[in-house]
Amino acid sequence: MRAFTYERARSPLAAAAAVAGKRGARFIAGGTNLLDLMKLEIETPTHLVDVQDIGLDRIEPTDGGGLRIGTLVTNTALAADPRVRRDYGVLTRAIVAGASGQLRNKATVGGNLLQRTRCPYFYDTNQACNKRKPGSGCAAIGGVNRLLGVIGTSDACIATNPGDMAVALRLLDASVETVDGQGKTRTMPIAEFHRLPGDTPHVETALQPGELITAVTLPRPLGGRHLYHKVRDRASYAFAIVSVAAVIQPDGSGRAAFGGVAPRPWRVEAAEAAMRDGAAAVAAQVFAGARPTHENAFKVPLAERTLAGVMAEARAENRA
Amino acid sequence: MKFDTPAGTNPIDRMKVVGQPHERVEGPLKTTGTAAYAYEHQQYPGAPVYGYVVGAAIAKGRIDSIDRTAAQHMPGVLAIVTAQDLGALGFGPLGKGDKNTANLLGGPDIEHYHQAVAIVVAESFEQARAAANAVHVAYTRGQGRFDLAQEKPNAKALTGSDADTATGDFETAFAAAPVQIDQTYTTPDQNHAMMEPFATIAWWEGDALSLWTSNQMIAWNREDLATTLSLPLEKVRIMSPYVGGGFGGKLFLRSDAVMASLGAKAVGRPVKLALPRPFIMNNATHRPATIQRIRLGATRDGKLVAIGHQSWSGDLPGGGPEVATQQTKLLYAGANRMTAMRLAELDLPEGNAMRAPGEAPGLMALEIAVDEMAEKLKMDPVAFRVLNDTQVDPEKPTRPFSQRNLVRCLKEGAEHFGWHRRLATPAQVREGRWLVGMGVAAAFRNNINIASAARVRLNDQGIVTVETDMTDIGTGSYTIIAQTAAEMMGVGIDRVVVRLGDSAFPVSSGSGGQFGANSSTSGVYAACVKLREAVAQRLGYDPERAEFADGLVRADNRSATLAEAAQAGELVAEGRIEWGNLSKQFQQSTFGAHFVEAAVDSFTGEIRVRRMLAVCAAGRILNPRTARSQMIGAMTMGVGGALMEELAVDKRFGFFVNHDLAGYEVPVHADIPHQEVHFIDEADATVSPMKAKGVGELGLAGVGAAVANAVYNATGVRVRDYPITLDKHLAGLPTLT
Repeated sequence: MRAFTYERARSPLAAAAAVAGKRGARFIAGGTNLLDLMKLEIETPTHLVDVQDIGLDRIEPTDGGGLRIGTLVTNTALAADPRVRRDYGVLTRAIVAGASGQLRNKATVGGNLLQRTRCPYFYDTNQACNKRKPGSGCAAIGGVNRLLGVIGTSDACIATNPGDMAVALRLLDASVETVDGQGKTRTMPIAEFHRLPGDTPHVETALQPGELITAVTLPRPLGGRHLYHKVRDRASYAFAIVSVAAVIQPDGSGRAAFGGVAPRPWRVEAAEAAMRDGAAAVAAQVFAGARPTHENAFKVPLAERTLAGVMAEARAENRA
Repeated sequence: MKFDTPAGTNPIDRMKVVGQPHERVEGPLKTTGTAAYAYEHQQYPGAPVYGYVVGAAIAKGRIDSIDRTAAQHMPGVLAIVTAQDLGALGFGPLGKGDKNTANLLGGPDIEHYHQAVAIVVAESFEQARAAANAVHVAYTRGQGRFDLAQEKPNAKALTGSDADTATGDFETAFAAAPVQIDQTYTTPDQNHAMMEPFATIAWWEGDALSLWTSNQMIAWNREDLATTLSLPLEKVRIMSPYVGGGFGGKLFLRSDAVMASLGAKAVGRPVKLALPRPFIMNNATHRPATIQRIRLGATRDGKLVAIGHQSWSGDLPGGGPEVATQQTKLLYAGANRMTAMRLAELDLPEGNAMRAPGEAPGLMALEIAVDEMAEKLKMDPVAFRVLNDTQVDPEKPTRPFSQRNLVRCLKEGAEHFGWHRRLATPAQVREGRWLVGMGVAAAFRNNINIASAARVRLNDQGIVTVETDMTDIGTGSYTIIAQTAAEMMGVGIDRVVVRLGDSAFPVSSGSGGQFGANSSTSGVYAACVKLREAVAQRLGYDPERAEFADGLVRADNRSATLAEAAQAGELVAEGRIEWGNLSKQFQQSTFGAHFVEAAVDSFTGEIRVRRMLAVCAAGRILNPRTARSQMIGAMTMGVGGALMEELAVDKRFGFFVNHDLAGYEVPVHADIPHQEVHFIDEADATVSPMKAKGVGELGLAGVGAAVANAVYNATGVRVRDYPITLDKHLAGLPTLT
């Protein structure tokens, strides 16, 4: 870990201004990912702006009938909120499928959206990684990559976004609200928040330097069955090999988004027209253009089978 | 004491203390956080400073240069020691302990990834870590061999106990057998993943070196550290009173001890050093991967007539094989048999023992092959194993097993587990989206005895204190040693103090190879026999007639308390057990049967173990509570080995890629279902005066195959490459409709 300076901001604007005004500065909230990366010197901020005292830790209804979730709401609080459990069950299910109770107590909504890939080559500073060190190459391509991406990847990077919560937010068409160092606010759809790697895999989000996530908003509830199935090699405390978030209506229509397969939560809205035709019809469109490796080609049929299981579960719940 | 004839009746047979499910005597220290582990001790001269190791960034090659300019000027940095600095510290080139393969300090030659190349010592841990990252090492990468499958044709035959074996005429018998199995199985590299990392606090007082460390074998560690640093043995003291798991990874001297010693020499202060988890997987040892070919030939009525087992593994030059064929020599009857191991040279990190070395991967393969043969014969897998049981060494039929209750383990286990409910045809049982199956495998591990000594003291309060360099690696050594001394001296366990893990104490067996419990308690038995004589003598009793019970010594209508015997001064006795050739006359082994029920998600292929049962026959169980803990821990490890554990090799750059506990998955609580353990009531008089064997490795042997066979029974897809992850059977699962 490199030496760094530290301050606690008192307001969102002060925090954004503090980071915008200092090269190498970073926000810190729960720190569940950033601190690990600092210990390994994968992240080497020179200055940390702690945002834990800036408020933004409440969940409130919006005028549009949805919810605004402050950026500092913990994963635990968000998953346990009665409104979320009732109207956005897929979000609760996705969150509790991730990490451990201890980590969820610390992890925040904004921080969780920014968690970085778990690609093992990103974590080993002896290895080439375009995301960690732009231009150094990608050791994961041609290496051990069973858990890495099958779609949306590039020749520069095949890492996945490791999140669970983000997959549910993508499914729910959440929006991300931000403020920058000048106090300018903006709102962007979650679909535009995470970037595909292309030639610049180190650029992971649409955030500008110093831009702070202030809230995530959810539109009106969708109704239907809310399901999240996370497939992994052990029963808990592992990142997804494949995950499926779905909201399925009684007539079989609905939405599906996929985790563990791509550099961002993966959802193809056009494919959802085929939801009533079954998982194969959906998956064929969602994974059109997939470019898996020899080791992770199984993820494509696995994603389809996982969706089929989710659809079957929704049907079973409807019958019950 | 030389143990060369089977034990008769002795004080242990009273089983008043031994054999009882005593709670761990050191348990309260551990549950209250007051048992100090290696990194936590505070007994040394002066305040400590901190070390951090720099590991090689390449697997094979040479160091061109080390630039330490930036690092040595960083805050708090006290010293940086590399192989180039040994002379300045008064050391010659480092030696190498005879149990190490690679050098524990590399440079200029690099033998494996993350081989230690420097230690940075600083005032704080954070300063040492930061400076270690600022040591810039330039390398020239050499050509390495990292792929076992590719190196298999170059693998060499072995000699001595690892040499090929042949009995009868395997090839002819196999070719003629009406029913045959010929399959290849693979097991991956595995890491011990013990909870406590390698850790040492080292300091020098003049030319004498002392270590708090975490190690299973105090005497080996002491010898190999003395050899490595060219010190006289008596100048090295090793203390390791508590060990937070080792599983074979801590049998040997490792880089934490050597690097902390060098760092302490450089700064003249105690140096604390723990290896970070992401460093351990490539820096320390691992269980080597295997490729195994098994050929079985049987008559149509299910008698094995030909058993062939070949195994290939790899290690650094000068290393050894994973002895995967070892158990196949003895497990089943069959007139024609062969085993062969081949060792390839690989430039991956050093391979060595991990819990049940040989048995674990060997039985993972053999016990699938046996399941496959039973299926081909249309026989029940339990009945098939029972039919092919042997009560003699199949290679030497005049040599009997001392005790062999494998059949009883299988039959009692089957009865208790509800094995009759298993359907022989796989993929027939569905519960909702789950496919459900049952599997069985034999557990088999040989008994090993190691010479073991102890000192026993009796003071004027009647307290018995045992001192031996035996270690407690979480197994319960403190407790069973206290039970042994209590039984021998006729006192309650609360009158016994046990002090372990210090090279100032008599040399014990240490902990490993399932030999620790029986060997170390036998050493304590020997010491207590001497102390009993000394007590009787002091009291003027006839040692032959003195009885020790209820805190009293009685003989010829006289009696005295133990405390009275020591009124004129502490009594001290030292004893050592040595072993004759009973293990040559008898094959001494431990047996068991593992039963597993597993469910497989028909959509995703995810595997969940639902129930586990082990029935074991392992001689006298010294403490059913600690023995059960060892069993369920081993069964948990077996589930890990079956379903998830694999050090993933980057075959281009030669290192284990998933080198932390996020990437190297071991079971979590949610993976482990109800586990049941039964011990068959036994006592084996041929093995020791304790009549005990051990269970620490038996509990793991066979578990992987029992899981694999249950998964197969659930799905009908036979996976022969461990770990059995969902991708390996997904395509064969029932089509979704």
